[in-house]
Amino acid sequence: MQMILTEEQELLRDSVASFAQDKCDVGQLRALRNQMTGPGFDEALWKDAAELGWLGIPFSEDYGGLGLGYAELGIVLEELGKKLVNLPILSSIVMGGGAIARGGTEALKTALLPGICDGSVLSTLAYQETNRHNPYFVETSAEMIDDTWVLSGRKVLVLDGTDADHIVLLARSSNGATDRDGLSLFVVPCDANGLVRKRNILLDSRVAATIELDNVKVGATTLLGRADEAADIVDLVLAQSAIALSAEMLGGIQQAFDTTLEYLKLREQFGAKIGSFQALKHRAARWFCELELTRSIVMKALRAIDEGSDDLVQLASVCKARASSAFHQSGKEGIQMHGGIGVTDEMDIGFFFKRARVTEMLLGDAGFHRNAYAALSAY
Amino acid sequence: MSDLAKFRAEARAWIEENCPTSCRGENSFLPDMVWGGRRQTFEHDDVKLWLDRLIEKGWTVPTWPQEYGGAGLTDAERDIVLQEMSAAGTRSPLFSFGIAMLAPALMEFASEEQKLKFLPPIARGEIRWCQGYSEPGAGSDLASLQTRAVKEGDEYIVNGQKIWTSDANLSDWIFCLVRTEPQASKHEGISFLLIDMETPGVSTSPIELISGASPFCQTFFEDVRVPTSHLIGEENKGWTVAKRLLQHERGMLSAYTRGARINPTEQITKFARRELGDADGRLTDQAVRDELTQLAFDRLCYEATLQRTMDAAEAGKGMGPESSMFKLYLSELGQREADLRQRIAGRHALVWQGEDCPPQEKELTRGWLYNQASTILGGTSEIQLNIIAKRVLGLPD
Ligand SMILES: Cc1cc2nc3c(=O)[nH]c(=O)nc-3n(C[C@H](O)[C@H](O)[C@H](O)COP(=O)(O)OP(=O)(O)OC[C@H]3O[C@@H](n4cnc5c(N)ncnc54)[C@H](O)[C@@H]3O)c2cc1C
Repeated sequence: MQMILTEEQELLRDSVASFAQDKCDVGQLRALRNQMTGPGFDEALWKDAAELGWLGIPFSEDYGGLGLGYAELGIVLEELGKKLVNLPILSSIVMGGGAIARGGTEALKTALLPGICDGSVLSTLAYQETNRHNPYFVETSAEMIDDTWVLSGRKVLVLDGTDADHIVLLARSSNGATDRDGLSLFVVPCDANGLVRKRNILLDSRVAATIELDNVKVGATTLLGRADEAADIVDLVLAQSAIALSAEMLGGIQQAFDTTLEYLKLREQFGAKIGSFQALKHRAARWFCELELTRSIVMKALRAIDEGSDDLVQLASVCKARASSAFHQSGKEGIQMHGGIGVTDEMDIGFFFKRARVTEMLLGDAGFHRNAYAALSAY
Repeated sequence: MSDLAKFRAEARAWIEENCPTSCRGENSFLPDMVWGGRRQTFEHDDVKLWLDRLIEKGWTVPTWPQEYGGAGLTDAERDIVLQEMSAAGTRSPLFSFGIAMLAPALMEFASEEQKLKFLPPIARGEIRWCQGYSEPGAGSDLASLQTRAVKEGDEYIVNGQKIWTSDANLSDWIFCLVRTEPQASKHEGISFLLIDMETPGVSTSPIELISGASPFCQTFFEDVRVPTSHLIGEENKGWTVAKRLLQHERGMLSAYTRGARINPTEQITKFARRELGDADGRLTDQAVRDELTQLAFDRLCYEATLQRTMDAAEAGKGMGPESSMFKLYLSELGQREADLRQRIAGRHALVWQGEDCPPQEKELTRGWLYNQASTILGGTSEIQLNIIAKRVLGLPD
């Protein structure tokens, strides 16, 4: 697949961009960060996104989707990322919905995907248990008792977990806590008995829940794929999630860069534009290179999802590591080049710095992905 | 069958028929690069045979028009030729400053007569060109150059000195920046001249590098007579030609490793495994492993960026000042790779010469040393950053 946008993709980009321009404002994050009840995102905006068809982009038309791919969804995420738009696309469409699309039985897909596509059902993925990303570390237990799965354990950093209608839960049905084998995925309704959700608002104003399960019982039909063999699905879902998140991060990187570049051409000190100082020029130029490299690898990785490439998991590591370091740099340089005003709450650049920190760590930071890639490449 | 499919079948058949088996595959006789020129010699007759056939076919420069020595292929056809050669484990070994730097500038700025005179010998690898830009007082600030050319009838008389002229002592001709109007502001009075190195008054003297090699020279001009017909573009307007050529140079420097047979990441990984050992298939040295992976990531991202740029170019959005980004990034990446390789080798990479010192170890040391030049030649990293800041980002002076 060519690494340029097709005409249709350019149109999509323009329409998302103008939508974001008209309806989205980074400043909304100031309200959301203190909102301990109610939805963790703007529901009207979510409706709009659904009506525009964006939520169904990666799903097959058989289940109410548009039958497009991640090359297209990535465009939506990037454009929304420029405004740090807080919508549960990653959690519901890419992670929860993505897991169901990859592993669900026909019955599960028919029951759940149409609602996910039209935005009426919110899904998410509950996989993490450790403080740092370590996907095979799973102690949440799944035991089959009388044809019923009994689930107990604790999941953290479940994105949009307090808004979700169900979670796709990663649990251990056999083997020890760090084994790749012995994992199973279940679709668990959030109103199930014994399931408790705790709301955390992260530093980027988004909600991530802690979810505790105490002998939660679900039927055998809620299993995604085969018992004990979920790792194959999980690898792919986490890979596509890391890539989709990188696409959103790319938007943030681009915006932080553009905003700062504008400031360099505006602000004067010593009787000159600060952008004329070579110390800043060179850093801006290097920053630009990082941005371009990130854009390239994101485009390549998004296309690899659509093509079903064999090296998808490796590419996801390359992509997420680059997006992580580039977004971090963008937040830091953005603040530094703004001077004092850069560290005030009044300026939006701080929100990019905060979002950078969260997204860097989500789904594995650069160090995690270097190690994962090296292991997969056998060195 | 579509025209391209037919073309592909013909290309494949032609390669099959004309490329000697000794010029294919892993143990091919083909050297990394054949630079061409009057002094070119061949260790293997087959290499010369293969090159002669490529020249005959116009495939050393497939997209050039036939009258200039190419085959007049479209970009799509050229891609097919490259793919088919690569599938057959072969390529055109001819590589030169003439092909990569001078010719694109000639195509744009030279008269028809000049093109017919200078392009075919480049396509055939008969003339090797060197680049006479830098002077002792004019490096990064190239436009301050002083080598003087004074018009006398239908000749220029050239006096002055160039420095860092790569392979001047092996080259046949030099493309040269000279000052034709000393009164004008520094960018205005420069002209672009082509000079035969055999002209009386031209001399070279090699300079030794920290690696011990002498790949570049000082080049002296003493009352050198150059026909005015060897002026490219207008008199005093040479800076435009010069700048465009520099873009092609950066393009060349950033494409250097493309098509190369060895992937640097794989090469270092193999080397690290051999030198440091592994346990359960993983390198035992975690610090090296982490650094190696970062390099692998950077190279993959770099290559994805090249790919994206080429795809964009095919769609009609050509590469402009962004070529600075590629030059900057690739040269630094190459240095980091060489540096890691050097550190992995440990004491083996510290030997200059001696009784217990195999040639590959000397190579390692020298390669690392030579590599230090890559962030200087073709415009230093700082200059590339200046160009990006100014031309791409539009930051003020
Ligand atoms: C191996 C090799 C091969 C070469 N081959 C050729 C050749 O074939 N033909 C040819 O014409 N030339 C050739 N060169 C010359 C090369 O182009 C110059 O060395 C280069 O342009 C730098 O010029 P300089 O050496 O005079 O360094 P200087 O310009 O003196 O630079 C010294 C330092 O100052 C920095 N600097 C200078 N100006 C600025 C600025 N405005 N802002 C910030 N920093 C600045 C530089 O980045 C550098 O770090 C070659 C050089 C090498 C090393």
